[in-house]
Amino acid sequence: MMGKSRTQALLLSLPLIAFIGITFVAPLGSMVLRSFYDPLVAEILPKTVAALGEWDGGALPPEGVYALLAEELRQARADRTIGRLATRLNRQTPGLRSVVSGTGRRLARQGEPPWAEALPRMNKAWGDLEVWRALAQAGRRVTPTYYLNALDLRMDADSGVVQQPEAKRVYRALFVKTIGVALVITLLCLGIGYPLAWFIAHSPPRRGQRLLVLVLVPLGVSLWVCTTSWIVLLQQQGVLNNLLIWAGVVADDQRLTLMHNMTGTFVAMVHMLLPFMVLSLYSVMRGIPPVQMQAASSLGAKWPRAFRRVYLPQSMPGVGAGCLLVFILSMGYYIIPALVGGQSGQLTSNFIAYHMQASLNWGLAAALGSILFVAVLLLFLLYDRVLGLDRMRLGS
Amino acid sequence: MSAWRAGPGAWALRVFCGLAFLFLMAPILIIIPLSFNAEPYFTFTRGMLTLDPDAYSLRWYEQVLLGERWRSAALNTLIVGVSATLLATTLGTVAAMGLSSPAMPWRRTITALLISPMIVPIIIAAAGMFFFYSSLNLTQTYTGLILSHAALGAPFVVITVTAAMAGFNSELLLAAASLGAGPVRTFFKVQLPILSPGVISGALFAFAASLDEVVVVLFMAGLEQRTIPREMWAGIREEISPAILAAATFLILIAVLLLLALELLQRRSDSGRP
Repeated sequence: MMGKSRTQALLLSLPLIAFIGITFVAPLGSMVLRSFYDPLVAEILPKTVAALGEWDGGALPPEGVYALLAEELRQARADRTIGRLATRLNRQTPGLRSVVSGTGRRLARQGEPPWAEALPRMNKAWGDLEVWRALAQAGRRVTPTYYLNALDLRMDADSGVVQQPEAKRVYRALFVKTIGVALVITLLCLGIGYPLAWFIAHSPPRRGQRLLVLVLVPLGVSLWVCTTSWIVLLQQQGVLNNLLIWAGVVADDQRLTLMHNMTGTFVAMVHMLLPFMVLSLYSVMRGIPPVQMQAASSLGAKWPRAFRRVYLPQSMPGVGAGCLLVFILSMGYYIIPALVGGQSGQLTSNFIAYHMQASLNWGLAAALGSILFVAVLLLFLLYDRVLGLDRMRLGS
Repeated sequence: MSAWRAGPGAWALRVFCGLAFLFLMAPILIIIPLSFNAEPYFTFTRGMLTLDPDAYSLRWYEQVLLGERWRSAALNTLIVGVSATLLATTLGTVAAMGLSSPAMPWRRTITALLISPMIVPIIIAAAGMFFFYSSLNLTQTYTGLILSHAALGAPFVVITVTAAMAGFNSELLLAAASLGAGPVRTFFKVQLPILSPGVISGALFAFAASLDEVVVVLFMAGLEQRTIPREMWAGIREEISPAILAAATFLILIAVLLLLALELLQRRSDSGRP
C-alpha cells in the first residue's frame, strides 16, 4: 500500500522532472561540458593530433608529423574550417592565428616534401619547438585552458601555469568587483529595508497590508518598466538632472552623470531587489510581539538598548534570509548593468554575454558561467541548510 | 508601543519610510505622463509642465499600436508566453500534486531540482540553452523559445500549487472515491476546482516571467521571433525613442491587471478556508 502511493506520487512528478531535465539541466550540463571539453583542434587535425600524442616534445617532430600537418591544413582550408582552427589556436598562444592561416594560404598554391623543410620556409614558426608543443597541447580534447583564462592564467609551452600578461588580466578583478557590488547592494537594501519592514510590520494590520502592496509593486511591475524609468530619470537630459537645475543645485553645463556608470547600476538594482529584502524581513518581524519592546522599556531599558537586546536578535533570521537572497540575486543580474551600467558598471554576467555574442569565445563564456554557477549553487545550499528552500514563497 | 512611537525618532522613521516609498514608486509613475510627450525627449517639456494640451500627444502610442515591429513583437510574446504557460502549468500542477503527497520519496532533492530554473542566474541558463538547443537545431525556432520559457515558468506553478495543496483536505478525495468517482473524475471535479486559485496564480506568474524574459530571447531568437522585451532592449540600446515609454505604460497596465487578478484569487482562496 505504502509502496503504491510512493510510486503514484513519483509518477505524478515524473513528467516535470523529465521536462526540466531535458530543457534545463541538460543545457546547464552542456555549458559545463563546453568549459573543459573542446574537441575542435582534434577534429580538424585528427591525424596530426594523434601523431603528436606519441611525440615526446623533446625535439622538433619527425618528417611524418610535418607531412600530416601539411595534408590536414590543406584539407581544412578546402573545408573552410581553417579560420576556426586559427582562432582557437590563437586563444591558446597569441600569434598562431596568422601562422595557421598564412601557412594554409601558401599550402593551397605550392609546397612539396620534405615537409620538415617546406613548412618552416613558409612560416618560420614551424621550426619553433614551442609552437609544436602548443599545438600538441591544444590537441587535447579535455583542456584546462578556459578555466585558466577565466582566472587570468594560461599555460606556457612547458605546460606550466603562468599569469596572463598584465594587460590581459581582467577576470579576477571582475569577480572581486561582482562580489563587492553584490555586497554593497545587499547592505543598501538592508539599510533601507530594515526600517521600512519595521514600519510596515508594526503598522495597524490594514494599513500594513496596503503598504506591503506598495513595496511589492516594483516586483510585480515588469523589469522593463523599472529599467526604462531609471533611464528616463537618470539621463543627462533626464528628469532628475532637470529637477536639480531647476532647484539651482547644479548648473546647466555641469549636469551629473548618473547612469552609464556604477551609480546607475547601484540605484536601479537596489530598486529591483529592495522588495525581496523587505519581504524577508517583514515575514519575521510580523511575528515579534511589540509588547516585548514595551516590557523592556517599562523595565527601564532605553530604546537603543531594548532594540539591541530584545528586537534585533529576534529579527536576525529575516536579516539572514533577506541578505542571502539579495546577494545571490544581485550576483547574477545582467540586464540592468547592461543597460544602465555603461562601461564601468559591467559585471560577470555581462562578460559572459560578451563572450557568447561578440567575441564568440564560447569556451571562456562557459568557464565563467560555470564558476558563477558553482558560486550561486553553494550560496543556495547555504540558504537551504540555514533556512530551507521550501520556505521560499511568492508574495505574502 | 506608543511610548517609543511618538517623539522625534518616530517622525524620522516616517520621513525615511516616505522617502523609501517615493524611491520605490516614483520611477514607475513618472513613465506614464512622459509617454504622452509630443517631443522625442525623455523629460518634461515646458509645455507639459504648464499643461499645454499641444505638448501632449498620442504619437508614441500610435507607433507602438500601429507599427509593424511592435505588433509582431506583441504577437510573438503572446504565442511564446501562452504556449509556455500552458505547458508549465500542466506539468507543474501535476508535479505539485505528487510533491504534496506524504508518500513522496526524495522530496527535498526533487523540489530543489524542480525550482532550480528560478534560482540559476538567467545568463547561465540562457548560455546553456543556446549551446544545447543549437545542437538540436532548435535555436531561432518558436519551439526552442517555448520550451525554455516553460522551464523558467514551471517553478512558479510548482510553488503556488504546492502552497495551495497544503490547505487541501485529503478526506475529500476519500469522500469522492466512496461516492464512486474514479481518480480522473475526482481530479477534475474535486481537486482542480479547489486548487484552481493556486493553479491560476501559478500560471499568471509563469506568464509574467515569460513576458519579462529577454536574455534567452537575445541568445536564441531569430528576427522572426522577436518579443516585446526584445524590442524594448533594442529600443533602449540602439535607438532610444519614447516609444519604449508607451510600451512600458502598457506593461504597467498588464502588471496592474495581473496583480489585481492575484489579489482576487488570494481573497477567494482565503474565504474558501475555515
